[in-house]
Amino acid sequence: MNNSESGFRHGVAGNYAFFLCILAAAPASAASSENDVAPLNYFLHSYGPASTPTMVLGWVFAALLIAIFSSIALLLVWAVFRKRPAVDPRSIGREDEGMPWIYIGTGISTGILFALAIYALITLNAIANPTHAPALTLTVTGYDWWWKVEYEDDDPTRSFATANEIHIPVGQPVLVKLKSADVIHAFWVPMLAGKTQMIPGLANQQWIQADVEGVYGGQCTQYCGVQHAHMSLEIVAQSEDEFRTWQDAQRGEAEMTAGINAGKSLFLDRCAGCHAIRGTEAVGAHAPDLTHLNSRRLIAAGLLTNTPDHLAQWITHAQDLKPGARMPSMALTATELNALSAFLSTLN
Amino acid sequence: MKDVDQSTPDVSLSRIPEVGFAPIGSPAERRLAELWESAPGWRGWLSTVDHKTIGMRYLVTAFIFLLMGGVEALIMRLQLARPDQTLLTPEQYSQLFTMHGVTMIFLYSLPILSGFSNYLWPLMLGSRDMAFPRLNALSYWIFLFAGIFLYASFPLGEAPNAGWFNYVPFAGLEYNTGPNIDVYALGMVLLGISTTVGAINFIVTLFRMRAPGMSIDRVPILVWGTLTASVANIFAVPSVSLAFFLLWLDRQVGTHFFDVLNGGKPLLWQHLFWMFGHPWVYAVVLPAMGIVSDALPTFCRRPLVGYSAVALSTMATMLLGFGVWIHHMFATGLPTLALSFFSAASMVISIPSAVAVFAWLATIWLGRPVFNTPFLFFAGFVILFVIGGLSGVMTAAVPLDLQLNETYFIVAHLHYVLLGINVFPVVGGIYYWFPKFFGRMMNEALGGCRINRASLPT
Ligand code: HEC
Ligand SMILES: [Cu+2]
Ligand SMILES: [Cu+2]
Repeated sequence: MNNSESGFRHGVAGNYAFFLCILAAAPASAASSENDVAPLNYFLHSYGPASTPTMVLGWVFAALLIAIFSSIALLLVWAVFRKRPAVDPRSIGREDEGMPWIYIGTGISTGILFALAIYALITLNAIANPTHAPALTLTVTGYDWWWKVEYEDDDPTRSFATANEIHIPVGQPVLVKLKSADVIHAFWVPMLAGKTQMIPGLANQQWIQADVEGVYGGQCTQYCGVQHAHMSLEIVAQSEDEFRTWQDAQRGEAEMTAGINAGKSLFLDRCAGCHAIRGTEAVGAHAPDLTHLNSRRLIAAGLLTNTPDHLAQWITHAQDLKPGARMPSMALTATELNALSAFLSTLN
Repeated sequence: MKDVDQSTPDVSLSRIPEVGFAPIGSPAERRLAELWESAPGWRGWLSTVDHKTIGMRYLVTAFIFLLMGGVEALIMRLQLARPDQTLLTPEQYSQLFTMHGVTMIFLYSLPILSGFSNYLWPLMLGSRDMAFPRLNALSYWIFLFAGIFLYASFPLGEAPNAGWFNYVPFAGLEYNTGPNIDVYALGMVLLGISTTVGAINFIVTLFRMRAPGMSIDRVPILVWGTLTASVANIFAVPSVSLAFFLLWLDRQVGTHFFDVLNGGKPLLWQHLFWMFGHPWVYAVVLPAMGIVSDALPTFCRRPLVGYSAVALSTMATMLLGFGVWIHHMFATGLPTLALSFFSAASMVISIPSAVAVFAWLATIWLGRPVFNTPFLFFAGFVILFVIGGLSGVMTAAVPLDLQLNETYFIVAHLHYVLLGINVFPVVGGIYYWFPKFFGRMMNEALGGCRINRASLPT
């Protein structure tokens, strides 16, 4: 799976394959991980046990329902155009004939519906809980319009927070607790699991598991305001070792190299009310934690790739790039921006 | 007029319908004319209580709202034609898609059916007018006022903007400070009054003012559809009126029904909204299905197959329709057992629909169809009905819905349902009853063009 560049863009190849497979009615192996898979193509692709049973259920439903639709459409066309025996044109049919149509048609439909309902409930049971206890628990909180991701630890110094990018070990169930800081959002990573709403005042949760390493796109799927469309996230599934390395790095505080004091004090002055950088006095809790800003691939919940240019643009023009976002466009002189950029570039 | 039918049971607190004959020129006849005739001039135009006039006004007004909703949809599609277009600001887009939903669902799909029923109900039942003609006029004027009220917010840039589903807390004062949501809340309370009053009127007319001999097994299916829809409205509308009223109190008076910090429950909104929302779906399709069941047989030159089965399935749909609202809330984190129950119920509800589909198929099969324009609309309707219904079965399965919920799949499903099951029968019905409405036939050649146009985007 190498969709790290694709974001939420539609894979033309994926769509084409979709139609081919519909025609062949026998979708090929879903885990062809070399393909550039469109993140919304959950009809043909699934990478974990929380979503694969649903995908298969989808195939069965789609196949049966398409068959039913075709039969009814055929019957209708046939009924409309069939040759009729010559009868007295003034006669009208008897009111009580034709009942077998209703008995047989409804009978067959009822049988199929019951079978589908039972299959759906079995599937629901299969995806409700992981087969073994989750290896990792993390909390995702929806904010207007970004995601706070918290990795808790019994030892508070080992807990850390990040934003919009969730790392998980491959092949392990992960429990995701879902909260909201403001309005209702919904957490959805279609390749790994269905969606769950994040409702203020309620503690929801769901589990996900990725069996193939890769980057999986996610998106808020409950309309939550003007920038709802720009509220996406990424799940990075890594080998156990890589994940541990990443986790240890994230636990560390920001390292303060020499020569960045101008930028740092500017940050503490202008940005610390909202943002936190562990290892400094900046402890703002209602904006993305920037301690390891440069470890993230995207900024502003998937809006831009994380490059020094984009960062500078974002800081000075947040309201043009993401109108309504809860970060103001900061008025900075060129010198200030340079100092700030130099400081931010150390946050690895 | 004293020869009142004495066989009518004497129920206290109710008026016994007077059945009799008033000879031309008699004082009784003059009294009737005075009572029922609309006064001439603009005052008469405004104060008329004639059900045919009111029915026609419903049809025309709802049709205008349909056009407005259509224009909104076109503007949205223009914005979405390419990624990252800037035709609309996000705020304008939010208002547009909210008003599109509000318009199509509340200002078009039910009112248009009220129009048909208002016009045809007394004619079909053989009563002089609706039971409460003035109430009938009131319900139209409130509907019109609510529609204008909602639309007046548009030019001010303050139209409802939280989606037609209007979830809190996003629709609460904290996140939505403008008058947008207050407009929506008051508009909905008004529409609720209009719908409830209208529903009571239909029910009373049916039960108290049918012509003698119009027994329950002879009323047209449209009457069954409107009756079940009206009963459903009486039970469902209070839920949504309450929800909007509580929201308005939260916003204007400072109560805390949905305010999390003070123990309010955002999920309560979803329950109240969908307890109304799902039965409402059936309220806007059952009368339309009735139009097909009544009119399709004409073009098949035979009676409807399975009249009783279809009438019963109409009732069954409505009863079951009150027990499935959670299928709009599968992703809210409710316990699996609750989800299973509502999932099964949502699948069972397609059984009565299957009855109707096979009754229509059998009617066409056994009949000798003539391909007039209404027939084409009704045949197209059957296809769209099946697509809408089957896609609904997919979303009734919880695991699938957890993927499909809030995606274009749902958008497609509901448009098949509303366009297929409401718009197609309505247009077919207008062709069918046009001679009755206006005293002349419509042009068949043009009709053929129109059905082609209508089917294209679907
Ligand atoms: C009023 C609070 C506030 C202030 C002040 C503020 N920010 Fe932000 N910032 C936010 C919020 C909220 C977001 C998330 C926006 C979004 O994605 O919608 C954000 C996002 C960011 C991001 C992207 C983080 C990511 O991983 O996506 C960076 C970088 C950033 N801010 C830098 C700064 C800098 C530098 C300053 C000071 C010059 C600053 N911010 C001042 C609230 C603030
Ligand atoms: Cu959202
Ligand atoms: Cu529903």
